[in-house]
Parts: sequence; C-alpha cells; structure tokens
Amino acid sequence: MSDALLSISDLKVTFRTEDGAVEAVKGIDLEVQPGEVLALVGESGSGKSVTAMAILKLLPRSATVTGSIRLAGRELLPLPESEMNAVRGAEISTVFQEPMTALNPSMRIGDQITEAILNHRQISKSEAWERAVEMLQRVGIPDPARRAKSYPHELSGGQRQRVVIAIALACEPQLIIADEPTTALDVTVQAEILDLIRRLAAESGTAFLLVTHNMGVVADIADRVAVMFRGTMVEVGDTRTVLTAPREDYTKKLLSAVPSLPDIASVVEREPEPELPAAVLELDAASVTYRRGGRPFLALDGVSLRIAPGEILGLVGESGSGKSTLGRAALGLLPLSSGSMTLFGQKVGRGGVSGRRERELRGRVGAIFQDPGSSLDPRMTVGEAIAEPLLVQRRRFPTTASTRRTRVAELLDAVELPTNYASRYPHELSGGQRQRIGLARAIALEPELIIADEPTSALDVSVQAAVLEVLRTLQEKMHFACLFISHDLAVVHEISDRVAVMLKGEIVETGSADEVLLAPQHPYSKRLLASVPVPDPDKQALRREARAAARVATP
Amino acid sequence: MSTTTIVMRTLTPRQRGMRRFLQNKLAVFGIVTIALFLLFCFLGPLIHPTDQIHTDLRSTMLPPGSPGHPLGTDDVGYDVLGRLMMGGQISILIGLAAGILATVIGTLWGAIAGYVGGAVDTVMMRVVDAGIAIPATFLLLILSAILRPSVPLMICVIGLVSWLVPARLVRAESISLKSREYVLALRAMGGTHSRAVLKHIVPNTVGTIVVNATFQVADAILLVAYISFLGMGLQKPATDWGAMLTSGITYTYAGAWWLIFPAGFCIVLTVCAFNSIGDGLRDFFDVKGRAA
Repeated sequence: MSDALLSISDLKVTFRTEDGAVEAVKGIDLEVQPGEVLALVGESGSGKSVTAMAILKLLPRSATVTGSIRLAGRELLPLPESEMNAVRGAEISTVFQEPMTALNPSMRIGDQITEAILNHRQISKSEAWERAVEMLQRVGIPDPARRAKSYPHELSGGQRQRVVIAIALACEPQLIIADEPTTALDVTVQAEILDLIRRLAAESGTAFLLVTHNMGVVADIADRVAVMFRGTMVEVGDTRTVLTAPREDYTKKLLSAVPSLPDIASVVEREPEPELPAAVLELDAASVTYRRGGRPFLALDGVSLRIAPGEILGLVGESGSGKSTLGRAALGLLPLSSGSMTLFGQKVGRGGVSGRRERELRGRVGAIFQDPGSSLDPRMTVGEAIAEPLLVQRRRFPTTASTRRTRVAELLDAVELPTNYASRYPHELSGGQRQRIGLARAIALEPELIIADEPTSALDVSVQAAVLEVLRTLQEKMHFACLFISHDLAVVHEISDRVAVMLKGEIVETGSADEVLLAPQHPYSKRLLASVPVPDPDKQALRREARAAARVATP
Repeated sequence: MSTTTIVMRTLTPRQRGMRRFLQNKLAVFGIVTIALFLLFCFLGPLIHPTDQIHTDLRSTMLPPGSPGHPLGTDDVGYDVLGRLMMGGQISILIGLAAGILATVIGTLWGAIAGYVGGAVDTVMMRVVDAGIAIPATFLLLILSAILRPSVPLMICVIGLVSWLVPARLVRAESISLKSREYVLALRAMGGTHSRAVLKHIVPNTVGTIVVNATFQVADAILLVAYISFLGMGLQKPATDWGAMLTSGITYTYAGAWWLIFPAGFCIVLTVCAFNSIGDGLRDFFDVKGRAA
C-alpha cells in the first residue's frame, strides 16, 4: 500500500545491555493512513513505546534498529541526525505523557510554541507569535492572546497538555505520536483531551499514533488498533472489530482483564444508611492542613467517615481531591489539624492514646501503597520485608526466628507466590509480584483494617486483575475491613461494599457501591462517571454524545 | 519511555557490581596498592627487622644501598626502610580508624537530622555548618599543643572534625528516603522511629556512606601527615610518614633525598589508592546512573 502515511516493515529494535542483547521489538509491520487515529496498545514491556521512539529515532545509543520506516514514501532510518531534526517537529511531532516536564517552566507558553514554529519556518517573530495564539485558540485555551503570556505553572494539568498538543501541531505535521497523552491526567480532563484529539484528527487531517494501555481511551478515539505483546504484533484491525470480536487469545485476555462498570442501572433503590455496629475506623470532622509555601492549604476539610468491621469502603476522587491525604491521616502518618479519629473504639491522636499504646493499635491496621517500586526496601529480602510487622509488634505477638519463617511461607502461599521467594530481593520481582508482597506484609498480623492507597494503579490490567482477585479472596477468608482508595471507578465498584466520592477535600457523596457508581446523585459524581471511557466503541460513542450534550446544557 | 521494561538474565546486584568494579582499572589498582602497603607495613618488619627505638649515632645519614640499610639511615641512625614500615602502620591505623569514626558519627547525625526534620534538623545542621566554618587543621594544632598527642587521641580528634561532610551527604539522602513507601509502611504498622532510621534509612545510604568513607580515610591520612609535619604529631621514637618528612626536610640541602622521597611517595600513593577505590565503589553501588 503506497498511500499509507507511515509504513513500518520488519522493524527490529535490539538493546545492548550488560547481560547481552535484548530484543525489544521483534520484526513488526504497521501502517498509519493519513488522518486516522491508530492506537498502539499493549502492557509494559510490549515494545509499544520503543516502537514510537524508533519512528522518531530518539532511542538511546545502545539500541540497534533494523527494518524499514517510511514516512510518505521516504525512508527514515538511514537519514542523518541533521535531516531527522527537520523531520521531527515539522513532519512528525510528539506529545508525551507528563505535561509538566514536557514544557519549559521558565518560558512563556507563547514563546515555546513560537520556538517550535521558528525552528522549521522562515517567518518573522511577530507572525510566529500570532500563529502561536491561533494554535492556542485551536486547542481550546480560553482567552489565548492573554494566556500565551503565562508560564506553564499558571495552567492546570489539562491546559498544559493542550499547550503541548499546540506545540506538536504548530508546524502542521502529518503525524503526531502521542505516548500515553492522558495517563497522567484525571478522567474528567482526560475526556476533554480525547475530545480535542478527535476533533483535530477530523478537522486538520493529522494522523495520530496513540500509544496507550487504556482500552477505554482506544474505544473512545481510535479508528484502528494495533495490539503488541512482548515485541511482536498480535493483532491489527478496525477498533470495533478488535474490541468486540478479537481474533487472538492475547487480545481476548487483555480485554477481559479490563475492569468495567456495569450499565447504569435504571433505578437503584436508595436505602437509608443503616446504623452500623462499632466502627473499626471513624473520622469525625477531620481536617488536615498542609503548609504550601508558607500558606496553609486545607487538604482535608471536615471529613466524617466510618468503616464497619469487615466492610470494604471504596474512596474515589481525582488527583488533589484529598483521598490519599485521608488514607495517610488514617494510618497516623499525618496529624489531624482538627476533628478526631477513633481506631477500634479508641481515640488516637491529640487527646487520645499515643506512644507505645498507639503503636500497638497500629499493628491492627495494615497498609498497602501504590508504587511497587518504593513499597519494599531494596536492601531487604522479601522474607525480611514480610516478617517486619512480626518483629515490630513482637511485644504483642512474640515470635521466634523459626515461627517467623513458617509464617512468611504461609503468607507467601496466601498471596499465591512460591515460598522460595522469601530469599529474593525486590528488584528480582515484577511489579505485580511486589504488590503481592506488599499485600502479604499488610496481612501478616491478621489486621482488622487494611488501608490500600491506589494498590493497583501502577500495574498492567491483567496483573491488576490477578492482584485484586488475591485481595478479594483474602478478604473473604480473613474478613478485614478495608479502605480502598483508587481513581479507577470500575475497580472500586468491583471490590467495594460502600463508596465515598471526594472532591476538594470533602466527601460529596457516600452510599453503597451500586448507588454511588451506577446512579450517582451529586453532580460531580455524575460528571466523574460520565468521563470514564469504557472499552466498547458503541457505548463510548453514546457516552461521548451524552457528555457533549451535558456540556451544552451547563452554561 | 514509561513502558519499557526489559527482562534481564538474573545476576545478583552484588555480581553485577563486582563485575563493574573489576572493570574499573583504577579501582583494582587501588585495592592492590592498599593490600601491598598493608603487607609492607605489617608483615615487612618480620622480613626486615630493624631497631626503631635506640638511636645509632655511628651510622647516621647513610645513603641508600649501604649494607643492611637498603634505603639508607636518617640523622640519628634509624633505618629508613624499617621506619617507613613503622610509620606506615601508624598512618594507616589512624587513617582507617578516624575515617570510620567520622563516617559512623556523620551517618547517624545526618540520618537523624534528615528523618526528624523541622527544628531538630535546623539545629543539627547549623551545628554542622558551624563545624565546617572552623578550619580542622587549626583545631587539631591547638589540641595537640594542649594535650600530649597519642594514637587514640589523634583518632578521636580527626574523627571528630571530619564527620561533618558525611553528615551533610547522608542528611540529603535521608530526606528523600523518609518519604519512601516502605518507611511509611513501617510507621503505619507501628514501627518505631529508631527502627526506621537504623533498618531502612541507613542501609539505603550505604552507597554514599562507603564511597565517602574511603575518601575520609584518605583525608585522615593526609591530615595526620600535616600535623606531624608541623611537629605537633606523635613524639619520637614513634613516628609516621608526616613526621618522617619533617625530620627529612632539615637535611634537604645536604642532599639527603632518601629522607623525603620514600615517605612522600608512600603518602601520595596511599591517598591516591584510597581515592581510586572510592571511585570504583561509586560505580559498584550506582545501579541506576549508568547508560544501559
């Protein structure tokens, strides 16, 4: 097919490492047509980002690239760096994941766009500035002439990503490579950026190569999908076909692992909140104040919350909503500036138990954190990490070295890992395995409450599904209560009994998982829910229209 | 590239580090040199026994190559080769002990300051700033003028003036380590602060600590040499390389080069060797900072 804008054939990328050559991309073929949005999906290690970087020839020196990459009929691989520089930005440009690091914090955004234009066009500076303002207008920045003079830190995350897209568009490239462009953004913002990409592709005929792991995003905007797995191309096809009737087993597995919310229930009867028995954790008008640049910032604003024994409470909200702050305050890692906290019927913090008594109480609470890279001490073996709670709480649960060893083996077994993992170090394990170790450590003392802060959001979907399954099995066996903090509504719905929605440090809605997530009452919950992309192209099209209608309706 | 993880054949971090360390020629040179110096200073006297207590005024200022004195003798008749061995014992002993002492104090001080933070951190670090503002050599000279210099005293004094730099380094790391999730996890499970510092923070700064310790040892050896050279070090018949330089310098114009060059050479070589070990260790511990 000669009409393809970008045509890749037999692309191989090999990295030289200390342990010999590693083949990251193993001979793939791919074509991008003019004006289409092609999504390149896969889990970590699938080679999707490496492929994107290979097109731009931005791989580190240790990489060897063979095969053929043709842009509008021109072979890119043999081009020298100077010619490649002319291609980058003018013919192919890029949008990266993190909008903050993609922009220069010390330059006005207008200047950054102007710079991109002047790199490739021989026009005057004032003309370029005018064009920059026009670009900002196109990506939907309000009051672009004034905004062009602001610095990146004055913009919100979503606006920054719009500016990055404006820079990418500045020279009217034929192809924009977007590497996880919405992963760092909240769902409501993500929805807006996806709408923008869709509009630009339709209006200007720019083709997008969208690298993502999110099937919902794919369903939302991609015309075609290419699925990668361990450096090979598994399946390429029309989005609807691939998502609704996948041919390959791997694609089926990937899709079935994506958690999704059931259809909005027609009517969910709201039951009055039952009077709960003695709560394991109770927050009463709890506030947390941070000092940010000398100015106090209320991260948690008079939140009241109770978790009954054996209950899983899902806590959802966007970044900055204060959900992690709530989790940390509940773990005793942040002091409350006002309000009170009761753990297992005993008041902790100011005016309550403290010192050794509080530490003993803390032993009845387990914690799981988000980042599998930092949740385990790199210099401790897995066995030592899991045994740590036993050592810390040895006053309450006296153990010997051999009983600890047995317990570690039991716990590894409980999280479905081989018992010989006890002697390994965290860096030898995958992200999902590390998160299981974190879980094993959290349940070591058979806690009555577990606080899990985004425990699966750094994991691939298939791994996430497995870790959640382990968590659920353990909960059924051990009946601990759980505060499950996540931004992923589908995951929260799957696992929680009750759900609380947070916005700007306050809880705006609580209720059973079905009530809150299928028939939300608060306008913010509704908006949050409408923004989550679902991995079904037809349903997603309806949702997009509903969202557009809602935007028109609200002035 | 957020999603590029590459599966590697398993090598333990230690094996990986060893390989990298051994690839660093300079570091291997350092290790070999220090090993040779230790053999020379501590086993040498068994092969080349000399009297380093009684002076021998019949054979003073003999040039190198004289019978029984391969490196000649000094102004009071001590054999220079034997004296190099004995002086080396003292220099290396003080250097190692003072370097380790400084590292231990500095590590704990910095780890605690960084971990606790707030006002405690401010006070502890102002103490460090104040300490750095006082020239160490000056402090040492005053102390050795007041107290009678001995090996333990010199170890303590040098150790007490050189812990400031490791304290600053470790504090910086401690600040970033204390917010790691494994430290939070420990506190959430009811762990004590001392466990957080000793079990999680200090072990994770080991790279910085060990690398800095080798530089501390090198610095301590130099500092001993300074003080002794200024005549404020150990008193005769005890000696170290610095003190040997002092007595040699008087006879420079008499052409007695063998009283200066061997001792100077030993100082320069040991200090260089310790520094190159430090460079090699930096590679050993640095896993992330390298290109793939």
